Amino acid sequence: MSKFKKKADVKQEIPTSSMPDVVFMLLFFFMVTTEMRKSSIEVKQVLPKAAQLRKLERKTLVANLYIGQPTKIENGTEEKIQANDVFITTEDIIRWVNEEKSKLIEAEREQLTISIKGDKDAKRGIIADVETELRKGNARKVLYTASDNSYARKQ
Amino acid sequence: MARATPEIPNASMADIAFLLLTFFLVTTTINNDRGLSIGLPPPPDPNKKDEIKMQEKNIFKIQVNSSDALLVEGEPMGDVAGLKDMIIKFIKNNGQDPASSESPEKAIVSFKTDRGTTHKRFIEILDIVQGAYYDIYAEEAGVSNKGWRDAAAKLSDPESRAIYEKGKKNYPMNISIADPTKIGK
Repeated sequence: MSKFKKKADVKQEIPTSSMPDVVFMLLFFFMVTTEMRKSSIEVKQVLPKAAQLRKLERKTLVANLYIGQPTKIENGTEEKIQANDVFITTEDIIRWVNEEKSKLIEAEREQLTISIKGDKDAKRGIIADVETELRKGNARKVLYTASDNSYARKQ
Repeated sequence: MARATPEIPNASMADIAFLLLTFFLVTTTINNDRGLSIGLPPPPDPNKKDEIKMQEKNIFKIQVNSSDALLVEGEPMGDVAGLKDMIIKFIKNNGQDPASSESPEKAIVSFKTDRGTTHKRFIEILDIVQGAYYDIYAEEAGVSNKGWRDAAAKLSDPESRAIYEKGKKNYPMNISIADPTKIGK
């Protein structure tokens, strides 16, 4: 029995005194980077992947449109457009664009970029309708939001 | 003279911090504001009929149908791997091949989809078309593809602006996204 009772004399302990410091560092990182969402997204959002992504210069000049199938069954299965926290139809888009423009100062109104966050399974039809309305509403800078796949294996 | 020194118990500090950390970990959303940037054309003028005739050879046609199948210059294409090089060749043809584009200014990449095409496929193809242009821009400006795109994201910096302008100078990005056809839905 004594064979198994080999005890090493060396103490194997991880120093825990610096743990709070480490944790606090992480905490501050997340506190600073976190951004509370004003509205919850009620449409499916799996972004398509692309490699040639462009960053936006100014985040304040962006208005988001979410397009996809509703996540909740009571909202139907038809693809919908969500702006801020309400569903809108294509007819409302011009009005919505003007509202978003009025939030900006006069000189920057023409620089408003519409970020279309389309679900990967959304159909081209509804997005094309949105584009047509955006052209009428004179908000012609569009960004199709996508996630980065440039690090992924090439097909 | 022994004096009792008041002390805050710090054994539980790590626990509190961990709790807060978990809270922020869960609620955090790294905002993704990157994507494919395009400029839409101005709204169609009802008084003017758009009957501008383009020469067939100056148009590079890409079509995607409602089941996401791809047609490039009238030929079905299964694998998109070679598409980018085809587009680059088309844009930079400069009249060498009489059946291809005359000059980069006149070259137009026409991209037509169907209402039933998925957004995923649309983005995939648009990504390739824009990639072809960005590759050319990067080569012109003598930077990497990513370098050029990064420069385009901070035009307020004169150095970046120079790279941006140098790349774009001779090659306008003529991507025409046509109204989708109505077969699927």
